[in-house]
Amino acid sequence: MKATSNVMRRELSGYFSTPVAWVFIVIFLVMAGVFTFYIGNFYERGSSDLDPFFQFHPWMYLFLVPAIAMRLWAEERRSGTIELLLTLPLTTWQAVLGKFLAAWLFIGLALALTFPVWITVNYLGNPDNGVIAAGYIGSWLMAGGFLAIGSCMSALTRNQVVAFILSVVVCFAFLLSGLPMITDLFSGWAPQSLIDTIADFSFLAHFSTISRGVIDLRDLVYFTLVIGFWLLANVIVLELRKAN
Amino acid sequence: MSDLSIEARSLSKHYGQLIAVDQLSFEVGAGEVLGFLGPNGAGKSTTMKMLTGFLPPTAGSALVNGHDIVENSLAARRCMGYLPEGAPAYGEMPVRAFLEFVARSRGFDGKSAVREADAAIDRLNLSSVPEQPIETLSKGFKRRVGLAQAILHDPRVLILDEPTDGLDPNQKHEVRDLIRDMSSDKIIIISTHILEEVHALCNRAMIIADGRLLVDDTPDGLIARSRYHEAVTLVVEHPEQVASALSELPQARKVELREGELTVFPREGAKLLEVITDAVRENAWAVSELRLEAGRLDEVFRQVTQGEMS
Ligand SMILES: Nc1ncnc2c1ncn2[C@@H]1O[C@H](COP(=O)(O)OP(=O)(O)OP(=O)(O)O)[C@@H](O)[C@H]1O
Ligand SMILES: [Mg+2]
Repeated sequence: MKATSNVMRRELSGYFSTPVAWVFIVIFLVMAGVFTFYIGNFYERGSSDLDPFFQFHPWMYLFLVPAIAMRLWAEERRSGTIELLLTLPLTTWQAVLGKFLAAWLFIGLALALTFPVWITVNYLGNPDNGVIAAGYIGSWLMAGGFLAIGSCMSALTRNQVVAFILSVVVCFAFLLSGLPMITDLFSGWAPQSLIDTIADFSFLAHFSTISRGVIDLRDLVYFTLVIGFWLLANVIVLELRKAN
Repeated sequence: MSDLSIEARSLSKHYGQLIAVDQLSFEVGAGEVLGFLGPNGAGKSTTMKMLTGFLPPTAGSALVNGHDIVENSLAARRCMGYLPEGAPAYGEMPVRAFLEFVARSRGFDGKSAVREADAAIDRLNLSSVPEQPIETLSKGFKRRVGLAQAILHDPRVLILDEPTDGLDPNQKHEVRDLIRDMSSDKIIIISTHILEEVHALCNRAMIIADGRLLVDDTPDGLIARSRYHEAVTLVVEHPEQVASALSELPQARKVELREGELTVFPREGAKLLEVITDAVRENAWAVSELRLEAGRLDEVFRQVTQGEMS
């Protein structure tokens, strides 16, 4: 626990001692604003909720989360600090978890800084704040899923660009797995149960129920499992390919 | 403190087809400062990476203070300090923050982590740069940060991959003093390409090439393998004449003239210095320099590592 929080604190301080943190936060907020107010027709819709705001989150995360995740392990490999970190008396799990939590908290901070949108909608109308809170929780959980995928992809290579592309591709597959575009690939030859399972893996489906204000245990378990699975894969990748 | 030991048993590492370390076996005990020597790509760093628990061996095993480096990796890592090759560090961090991070990872918390970091800063002469980001430091300072990180928790076992690479002569001297001061109750393994360092620092030397152990000896023993060992070199007027006179000596096996220096090699077990000084006096040769050779490490190194390859 101590080792994990020590790694996490080091990572977090790393974000803020470089421009990465500020660039990311600004881009995050600008994109959130543009999507919500221009593309999402926030004002013209005439209803007071944050649907247009949350609807774009999966698409925003698709690129922004891999951008944060790509350096997690690739940079350690490139600079050789992986050798330093993994010969300290801490387990690979603690290192993986510490780094993941730091990045997740950081994304949480960026997400929290969108609070003016929440204030605006309260100023303009009478939204259901419970639904909005659920939306924030769901959004953060989904970001965790993307992040765990990105962290694992980053452990595969010392090249951040490769890590970025790999994680966008895998995240994209997870995002869309419920849409006909993907299920059509399987229908006709795969058993229905498999297709249902694949569709069940979709981030979109699970996120949309939460963002409608329905916090279903199954959705929470789903995201927790996705995060756990990819972090486990991350640990295994590191154990198997430390040298490369 | 009898539990202080390193034991490598047929330690091997393969990278695909390449055999980087080939069945290395050795034991090291308290007070030993072991120098790893060998040409580039010999497998020195790979061996160190395995000993410190970073790379799992392909075959064989190693024990550090009785802890298996794979089965009981955390316990083994706890009693070691390690300077990886190239002294990697988190570049964006200031020196002190980095050392505090390592101290906390080593189990110190709060105030004691700060204290240990400060002590390490003092020992490695880093007090002029504690708040500077590591990536903006010069190469020698970076190396010292790496050393500070390795010795911070006063480990019983120290593994240092090229610790003095990139240091200026003063700092080299200081780091060697530091290592020597610490060595009495520890095990220290260093790898180096600076052969004089082996003599200055180590009480044992291993030469490795192509992943195999070729020589395991004391530095003196190593030097004694040199063909220059016990030879006498002199600088003299009319060297050709002197050379032919000296080659008549029964103790001399061979005389070589190179770059104005005349070197006389002794026969097995013979002492040359006395007979040559006598000859100089008798013949009244105009000698400007005369010395007894201890041996040349670089020549032994070349002989051992290249003799093996061909
Ligand atoms: N990750 C890797 N993948 C493949 N081969 C590797 C890897 N790391 C090292 N090697 C190979 O293993 C061999 C031993 O390398 P090592 O770094 O241990 O040598 P060294 O003795 O430390 O050399 P130097 O004196 O140059 O530091 C070399 O041939 C090297 O190319
Ligand atoms: Mg090396």
